[in-house]
Amino acid sequence: MKLLIPANEENIEAGICVSFGRAPYFLIWDTEKGNARFIENSGASSSGGAGIKVAQDVVDQKVDVLIVPRIGKNASDVIDASNIAIFKSINENVMETIQSMLDGKLEVLTDIHPGFHNHGDK
Amino acid sequence: MKIAVLSGKGGTGKTFVSVNLAEVQGHGTYVDCDVEEPNGHLFFQPVWLETDYISRKLPVIDADKCNGCRICTDFCKFNALAYIANQVLVFEEVCHSCGGCFLFCPQGAISEKDKEVGKVQYGKSLTTTVYTGTMLTKEISGIAVIDALLSKIKDIENVVIDCPPGSACSVMESIKDAHYCVLVAEPTIFGSHNLAMVHELVELYKKPYGVVLNKCIDGENPSKAYCIENGIPVLMEIPYDEKLGRYQSEGRIPAREDEEFRDMFIKLQGIIDQEVDYETAISTKW
Repeated sequence: MKLLIPANEENIEAGICVSFGRAPYFLIWDTEKGNARFIENSGASSSGGAGIKVAQDVVDQKVDVLIVPRIGKNASDVIDASNIAIFKSINENVMETIQSMLDGKLEVLTDIHPGFHNHGDK
Repeated sequence: MKIAVLSGKGGTGKTFVSVNLAEVQGHGTYVDCDVEEPNGHLFFQPVWLETDYISRKLPVIDADKCNGCRICTDFCKFNALAYIANQVLVFEEVCHSCGGCFLFCPQGAISEKDKEVGKVQYGKSLTTTVYTGTMLTKEISGIAVIDALLSKIKDIENVVIDCPPGSACSVMESIKDAHYCVLVAEPTIFGSHNLAMVHELVELYKKPYGVVLNKCIDGENPSKAYCIENGIPVLMEIPYDEKLGRYQSEGRIPAREDEEFRDMFIKLQGIIDQEVDYETAISTKW
């Protein structure tokens, strides 16, 4: 199983980025191999629709689970159309989040915010 | 001549100046491009004669023809398209209706549909013609409605365009056909800051312009100071006047009902005419 987590920095101790679309990096954790890989978020500098672009990139990475503190409606619509599950993070940093996920402490994220750029439904 | 009236912020008196300026044209035309909250019609109370509904184009994907090449999603700079689970998703609120995906799709899998975004109304108020654009609630851009308004007045003389507040896309769209820009400013620090923003805009568009200082009171006027500092012509200083406030709150047009203010706006029009003549004279190439 592959997990994807938005990270503020390119290291395993990094904090989770609260913004999905504008996160500078993503950590991809392969639970079978137990290894970490960081990718830069190419959508972070989009003038608009960053959530959609980033969600597209996440889907293209063929991950199984996305773990975020929160996510906007447009991004979640893209993720929902794929087979990726969205879980809500409860920890501040990336490593702890992976551990919580493996321990079965995380729950599926259900509260989707309408987005902050007047694109989604109010 | 087409005169655009604009300001960096709301509430400075754009509608007040444009309504009264349109009124003294005699057989002039007032165009309300503030499509998010048009209010000039509240003063003119026109008899509406015609309504056009305005729409914009949105892409429709034919899943049978789509081969998943992703040229459309890569092209879209607004990220309004995503390709997930072998199909293209369209985010209609994010789409800017540029039509690029439709043009670039090599499979011919994209067609366009109309989506209503607002309306343009045309009416008469005594001898003044009134055009009002109104954008639908939940739409994010009024550009299509403003474009439709401007196409209506393309060949008309004596037009006053009431612009949206600010200095963003919708204002740029509203002033593009204007021969002269009137910037309305308040005597506050905030007012002068916003004046500086529209000043930059009209400079960028190389439009001739002048400032009307509205709601002037005794004491310092940061907007006036900005004009002096930057050599901007001050067309008129309109005093903070209780009578004007009263007319305004009752939805009346002072230049229609009160000789004092009729004269004031005729004078303003005269000053603008002089400014335009001057601009024409100095910009004539030998």
